[in-house]
Amino acid sequence: MSKVLIAFQENDESRYIVQAIEQDNPDATVYFEPAMIRIENEGSLTINKATVEEMMGCDWEVQSIHVNLLTLTGHIDEDDDYFTVHWDN
Amino acid sequence: MSAKKLNLKDKYRLLTRDLDWDFSYEDRKDAFPFEEFEGIKITDWDKWEDPFRLTMDAYWKYQAEKEKKLYAIYDAFSQNNGHLNVSDARYVNAIKIFLTAVSPGELAAHSGFAFTGRQMGGIGARIAAQMQSIDELRHIQTQIHAMSHYNKFFDGFDEFSHMHDRVWYISVVKSFFDDARSAGPFEFMVAIGFSFEYVLTNLLFVPFMSGAAYNGDMATVTFGFSAQSDEARHMTLGLEIIKFLLEQHEDNVPIVQKWIDKWLWRGYRILTVVAMMMDYMLPQKVMSWKEAWELYFEQAGGALFKDLERYGIKMPDYTDLIKAEKEHLSHQAWWTFYTNSQATAFHTWIPSDEELDWLSEKYPESFDKYYRPRWELAKEMAEKGERYYNEGLPQLCQTCQIPMIYTDVQNDPRDIVYRSTKYQGERFHFCSDQCQHIFENEPEKYVHAWLPVHQIFQGNCGGPGGLEKVMDYYKLDVGKANMDYVGSPDEERWKNWKGVA
Amino acid sequence: MATQALRADYHGDGKDTEDKFHGAILVYINWDKHLFFYSAKAFPLDPNMPFAAVLEHVIGTHFCQHPEYKNINWDTVEWTLNNEPFMPVMEKSLAENGFDHKCLLRFKTAETSSFEAAGI
Repeated sequence: MSKVLIAFQENDESRYIVQAIEQDNPDATVYFEPAMIRIENEGSLTINKATVEEMMGCDWEVQSIHVNLLTLTGHIDEDDDYFTVHWDN
Repeated sequence: MSAKKLNLKDKYRLLTRDLDWDFSYEDRKDAFPFEEFEGIKITDWDKWEDPFRLTMDAYWKYQAEKEKKLYAIYDAFSQNNGHLNVSDARYVNAIKIFLTAVSPGELAAHSGFAFTGRQMGGIGARIAAQMQSIDELRHIQTQIHAMSHYNKFFDGFDEFSHMHDRVWYISVVKSFFDDARSAGPFEFMVAIGFSFEYVLTNLLFVPFMSGAAYNGDMATVTFGFSAQSDEARHMTLGLEIIKFLLEQHEDNVPIVQKWIDKWLWRGYRILTVVAMMMDYMLPQKVMSWKEAWELYFEQAGGALFKDLERYGIKMPDYTDLIKAEKEHLSHQAWWTFYTNSQATAFHTWIPSDEELDWLSEKYPESFDKYYRPRWELAKEMAEKGERYYNEGLPQLCQTCQIPMIYTDVQNDPRDIVYRSTKYQGERFHFCSDQCQHIFENEPEKYVHAWLPVHQIFQGNCGGPGGLEKVMDYYKLDVGKANMDYVGSPDEERWKNWKGVA
Repeated sequence: MATQALRADYHGDGKDTEDKFHGAILVYINWDKHLFFYSAKAFPLDPNMPFAAVLEHVIGTHFCQHPEYKNINWDTVEWTLNNEPFMPVMEKSLAENGFDHKCLLRFKTAETSSFEAAGI
């Protein structure tokens, strides 16, 4: 299975998103690079709204990832409650 | 009373798909006259899927948020003399290249997506292209704003727009976008939306910008990452257009494959300069060009092409060549600019001993054998007071317009690659098989390429009268914006600010 | 069709045809395996110029910055014109020597200095 990748600007908001990703995708690898955080995983990565809200302690809209997102690879599946990138082979 | 909140999918349907209308008294074909001439067959635009489902209202909301953050940082940056916090003034030359060569490309992309957004028959694709067109305009504006602070303190920024249409090395980028914009809407989408955005821009906007941050350039990393937050959406659009075209009709597959082969190559050639910016122009090193290439192209691009195999799309057949070139690209480019710095709108320099050691470590296959000796010689010459500037003008590739610097890295990296073909009795020269094939596919397009060296000889760049006239024509401030960093007014000012002798 | 275009009669007017160089032809010249000069150099040259004059006034002034240039033994230099082996006749003109517009002249020297090993 190919690796998917998501990267965010490093800031307070992204740190909660990354914590949520780590919790929901235990096999993911997180790399801290200057000013950015890169996350890789085999096959897929999912961000769940509920987990991010739990980490942040406030409401959070999935589409607001646009503000801090830097890059990603894979196909996207997005809805009100989650955001997933995945490769199928 | 409050209306029930729409979910994302319903909102997308109502605020995007429902914006289209039926043509009752005009033929739909007349409304979209460019949709068929490229040979692409679309059977059902409704099959278009926009994975981000971003509607215009959400788009404005998030873009406004990005802009507020960005301009707050610009204010802080200029109020606090942010230019004094960069690692070294040599670094600023990388963003001079950015402003003269890359930023005007954003404007070209803006115009290209406006055209494409008008010409594609499907509403989902039109709206996505429209958003991207607005994004690209935002990118050039924010980049000019960010650089305007540096322009107050360093040479080489002020005539970027004039230079873009004239200066020899900048023609490489200009002609790239001109090539894409003069194609039909679908080729443009594959060229810029897919090959450039999905496979290549990552290399400029992610590792280079991370390097900008590491070198203390708060303004550049901020506009870079703000732009890149749009690029993540652009990449998704690029992938969607490819999937859509391939699923619409099997006859589209060979056309799309030909465009991918062409545009991945064209974009890759341009990245030569990014390779050099990463390896030679960031005083504090983050990641070598080769490492960035392995992560963002070989790994991420490899996964992409593996996914596209199910449609019958193959990785271009020059993959082995570009794998071999990663050991050489940045060194060949910096040497070219270093030795031709009398005609560049930025400064160049000999890498320091620590930098040479870093390059030796990062490029064990090539650096000590082929490139370090050149710098040792350059150092020897400079120490004798004979800083080396190459006399004369280079031979250019007819397609990519880059000087013919590329060597046969798979056999003997000391031999320049020469390819040529005759068309209507005239000989044309190329840096590679790929640039030759691109020409041979559409010779009528490339025979009227504006090659800067030939234009100079024809007397079209300031008239006859030597290179001085050419520099005036470029509006290149000789003795200030060009030549070596050592001894430049930039260096002198920097030392004064920093209180070093 | 020679270009995928809206109109079947689309064509480009060559920007670099011979008539645009005021009587000169373009000649590209490279010293093989000497990337001290990063690429071949381009020159607009009078086709009536004798080859000996090109050697002295064009090659001589544009490749002499190389520290090894003065050691070249010109009697043993191997030439190619458009990638074919070529033996220039010094007193004959470029045209008589077979040079045409946008031709590529390369020369290879026999020295085996450390410079050549590194391709400088």
